[in-house]
Amino acid sequence: MTTFTSLGYDDLPELLTLLTGDEKHDRSSLSTLDAIWVLYDRVLDDGDRFLLSKGHGPAAYYAVLAAQGLLPVELLEGFGGFDSPLGNHPDRVLAPGVDLSTGSLGHGLPIAAGVALTGRRVFCLVGDAELEEGSNWEAVQFAGRSRLDSLTVIVIDNHSSTGGWPGGIGPRFAAEGWTAASADGRDHDALEGALTRRRENAPHVVVAEVARR
Amino acid sequence: MRPRFYELLRRALDEDENVWAVTAEIGSTPIGPHPRHVDVGIREQLLIGVAAGLALEGRRPVAHSYTPFLVERPYEQIKLDLGHNGLGAILVSTGASYDAAREGRTHQAPEDVAALAALPGWTIHVPGHADELEHLFRDALRGDDRVYIRLSAEANHARVDGGGFTLLRRGTTGAPLVLAVGPTLAPTLAATAELDVGVAYLATVRPFPRAALPEALADGDAVVLVEPYLAGTSSAEVSAALLDRPHRLLALGVPNEEFRHYGTGPEHRAAHGLDAQGIRASLEGFLRRAAGI
Repeated sequence: MTTFTSLGYDDLPELLTLLTGDEKHDRSSLSTLDAIWVLYDRVLDDGDRFLLSKGHGPAAYYAVLAAQGLLPVELLEGFGGFDSPLGNHPDRVLAPGVDLSTGSLGHGLPIAAGVALTGRRVFCLVGDAELEEGSNWEAVQFAGRSRLDSLTVIVIDNHSSTGGWPGGIGPRFAAEGWTAASADGRDHDALEGALTRRRENAPHVVVAEVARR
Repeated sequence: MRPRFYELLRRALDEDENVWAVTAEIGSTPIGPHPRHVDVGIREQLLIGVAAGLALEGRRPVAHSYTPFLVERPYEQIKLDLGHNGLGAILVSTGASYDAAREGRTHQAPEDVAALAALPGWTIHVPGHADELEHLFRDALRGDDRVYIRLSAEANHARVDGGGFTLLRRGTTGAPLVLAVGPTLAPTLAATAELDVGVAYLATVRPFPRAALPEALADGDAVVLVEPYLAGTSSAEVSAALLDRPHRLLALGVPNEEFRHYGTGPEHRAAHGLDAQGIRASLEGFLRRAAGI
């Protein structure tokens, strides 16, 4: 069994190496790494929810949960195995620390809107290609017009969307009544600043730019 | 049945702060404004997603729309947002199979129960009377599981007490058993009035009463299933209930075909052989074949 005495951002590569299963979406899993780390390390308070809608990139998520003590490190080594609670798409019923089962794209944001209706602070991470799913825009329209200000969406923009987003992603949310910010998806201070920006009566989106590797 | 549902839901919103109503335009006006009534607009994927989000927070969401827009359009959300996430909600449809006959195929979903029954963990109610709806809906509000209630413009003359499977009439030894679901009971009783058959009633079709059916069939070997939705929706359940017994099954319901007619609900019911005359004709043919005539 691998043990860690003190886990921080620098331990994440070693935790990721424990995830020895057949991870098919390695690039996308790494694209979320810094945003998820900043959320858990600097932004989330007790009682907040984090919903990983981009569920096909869970390796970074599992590694951060393990580093934060929310998921036993020893579970990482069985990643993808028959009896492992950790697979290529997270299952909240199986995996400790996971708030939502996702994988099919476009489901997290509508659910986050439902959570936000109760007043709970909720953060939902989606990908720029995932935004092609129309279900996201049902939620974007509704959340903006309903002024769901406890909802924050993080868009990991690694430019993998088919055809891109002419005019930019942030302006599309802004047109629906959201406040929008952008940040370098690898810059922790910038991410923290964008995620914690004060706003009233509007949901908030942070577009986190990440170079496509 | 539909006005009773709106009345019950409004009352539940007033009495239980855990209850939320979620609509997508349809039904929004009769439910009326309330701090926990959310109309998401014509966005049915969001309808289910929002219900799941509320359930994630421990609330009891009641999502409502027309049958095809509640069950078919957001089917993956029902499967994943609710089912795979282990979250509960009450889905209440209106329109049944052909209440909206004049609207055409786009507003009809006779396959709804079969589709939902293909997913694990759903309790499915098909009340035949507004009083049954009231009982079933109140029970559903108390739980945290996944419940589907199928409202219908068709209704029986009176409610049937006793909850799930109810044996209403026994035939002589070896007589067939006719199992009527929800609002098919009235035409089934009329069709079988002079026949030597047993008649049972079922308003809760999932879970299916696998233990009660063999008991009610007694020494008989023939079952006639009368369902107000896709014919054969519960055939596999009857087979499972009678696994160790040779038996014959006639499954009546809405045929699996593109039915390109408008008109009225009663016209559709008659065309599908689900009025008293049609049920009687199917039943007599089945009995003649069984007797080798």
